[in-house]
Amino acid sequence: MKRNLFIGSALTAVFILAALISFVWTPFDHAVLNIPNKLQTPNGTHLLGTDHFGRDILSMIMVGARTSIAVALVAVGIGMGLGVPLGLWAAARQGSWMDELIMRGNDLVFAFPSLVIAILITAIFGAGAVNAIIAIGIFNIPVFARITRGAALSLWQREFILAARVAGKSTGRISVEHILPNVTNLLIVQGTIQFSLGILAEAGLSYVGLGAQPPLPSWGRMLADAQTMVSIAPHMALVPGFAIILMVLGLNLMGDGLRDYLDPRLRVVRA
Amino acid sequence: MLRYTLKRLLSLLISLAVASLVIFVVIEVAPGDPASFMLGMNAQPETLAALRSELGLDVPKVQRYFAWVSGMLSGDFGTSYTYRTPVIDMISGRLWVSLPLALYALVLSSLIAFPAGIFAASRRGQAGDISVMGATQLGVAVPNFWFAMILVLVFAINLRWFAAGGFIGWNNGFWVGLHALTLPAIALALPQAAILARVMRSSLLDVLGEDFMRTARAKGLSERQALWRHGLRNALIPVLTIIGLQFSFLLAGSIIIEQVFYLPGLGRLVFQSISARDLIVVESIVMLLVFSVIMVNFLVDLAYAVVDPRLRSRT
Repeated sequence: MKRNLFIGSALTAVFILAALISFVWTPFDHAVLNIPNKLQTPNGTHLLGTDHFGRDILSMIMVGARTSIAVALVAVGIGMGLGVPLGLWAAARQGSWMDELIMRGNDLVFAFPSLVIAILITAIFGAGAVNAIIAIGIFNIPVFARITRGAALSLWQREFILAARVAGKSTGRISVEHILPNVTNLLIVQGTIQFSLGILAEAGLSYVGLGAQPPLPSWGRMLADAQTMVSIAPHMALVPGFAIILMVLGLNLMGDGLRDYLDPRLRVVRA
Repeated sequence: MLRYTLKRLLSLLISLAVASLVIFVVIEVAPGDPASFMLGMNAQPETLAALRSELGLDVPKVQRYFAWVSGMLSGDFGTSYTYRTPVIDMISGRLWVSLPLALYALVLSSLIAFPAGIFAASRRGQAGDISVMGATQLGVAVPNFWFAMILVLVFAINLRWFAAGGFIGWNNGFWVGLHALTLPAIALALPQAAILARVMRSSLLDVLGEDFMRTARAKGLSERQALWRHGLRNALIPVLTIIGLQFSFLLAGSIIIEQVFYLPGLGRLVFQSISARDLIVVESIVMLLVFSVIMVNFLVDLAYAVVDPRLRSRT
C-alpha cells in the first residue's frame, strides 16, 4: 500500500529532520538545568514541558533522536557490512563446510538475545553508546547473513547466473555483480525493520543504564528518569514514549510500504 | 527419527560447548581482576594472592574452563565472589520469579494472539482485520518497559488494583504471587502477542488457500467448520515454533521488566553482579539464558519432526 509508505516515510523524516536541526538549533539548551522551571506540563514556552531539572523536554527529544538514530543506523551498518558478505559466501559455497560453519555460527549468535550480548559486553567494557552499538550490531549480523543466503540460494539456480558462469566469471564476481544487485531490495526492507528494532533496543539498553551515558541525552534514559516521577509528572514518561513509538511505527510502516512497492512477492520474516 | 534426533542432539551439544567457550573467553578477557576489585586498591600482595587462590583464580585458564563446565554439569556453578554463597542457590532463588513471569507472559500472549489472529484471518480485508492489524503494528512499536510504566501509572497508582512493584514471594499463596506478577506479565506479553497474532493470521491465511480446505468446503462444511476442524490444526505449526522462540526472549526480556517493577529476579541479580564485578554470577546467568534458548530450539526442532515427517529425512 502506498499509504503505508507515505505515512511511514513522513514520520521517519520528521524525526531525522529533528535530529539534524538539533545540531544547529534547539528551542532551549538541552543540558542547562533550570530548577525553578522544573516539572512544567506542556505550555506555550516549553511545548513538551520540562523535566525534574527544569530542562526543556522538546530539546532533549531532538538531541536524543540523534543518539537513537546514530546507534541504530551504525548497528544496521555493522549487521549489513558483515552479514551480507557472509550470506553471499555461504550461498556461493552451498553445502560446503564453509556454508555449514557460517550458518552454525549464525545459530550460535541467535542463541544470545541482544540484551544478553549487551550484558556481556557491558560486564567487560562498561556501559556506553559505542558498546550498545556493538551489541545490537552483532545481533544484526546473522539476520542479514540468513536473509542474504536464502535469497541468493534461489538466484544461483537461475539461467542468468549459469550464463555468467559460462562466460567465465568467478564465483566472487558473480556474487558481487549479479547476486548482490538482486537481493538489494530485500536488504533495504530488512534494513528498515532492523533499524526500528535497533531504536527499541537502544531505548531498552539506555533505560537499564547499559546504553548512552550522561550527559549524552537518550530517549531510554529520559524514561528511566521519568520512572520515579510518573505519578506527579506523567508527561515526562509519555513524551519520550510516544517519540519511540512514532519513530518505530514510522520505520515499520515504511518497511512494509517499501516491501510492497519494491516487490510485492517479497515476504520478509520479521525477527 | 532416531537418526534425526541423534543428529540434532549432537548439534545441540556442539552449540552448548561453543557457547560456553565463547562466554568463558569473553568474561576472561574482561579487564579488572575480581580479587583486586574486592580488596580495593591498597591490598597487600599476600592477601591478594591468598584471595586469588581461594577464588580459584590462580589456576591456568584452560583448567578453570573445564572446572567451570564440569561443575555446571553436576549442578555446581561455583561460589559468588561477593556474597560467598553458591551461585546455584542465588540463581535458583531468582528463577522462582523470572521463570513464572516468562511463562505467565507466554500464556497471556497466546491468549491474546490466538483469537486476534483467527479473527483477523477470518475477516480478511474487512474492517475487523484492518483494525486488528493496525493494533498489532502499534503493539510491535511499543517498548515494553514504557508500557509497564503506563500500566503502573493507571492500574497501580490511580486505580490501586495492583502493587506498583516488588514481589513478596509464593509463600502467601499462588494467587497472591500471580497477582503480583500480573502487570509485569502483561507488559512483557504485549509486543510478543502482536508478533504472534500476525504470524497466526498469515499462517491461517496460507492454509485457507490450500486444496484440502476447498475439499472440506466441497464436502459440505461451513466456512467456520472448515476453519476450526482443518485450518487451525495445520496453521498451528509455524505458530508453535514462534511460541517456542518467544519463550527465551521473554526470559531475557524479563531482565528489563524486572527493573521497572523492582522484582527480585534474574535481571536484578545480573545488574547487581555486573556492578560488583561478580563475574562468575554474570557468566552463569548468561550461560543459563543461552542454554534455555538452545534447548528450546532443539525441542522445537524435534516437535517439528514429529508433526512433519518430511523434515526427518533432511539434515
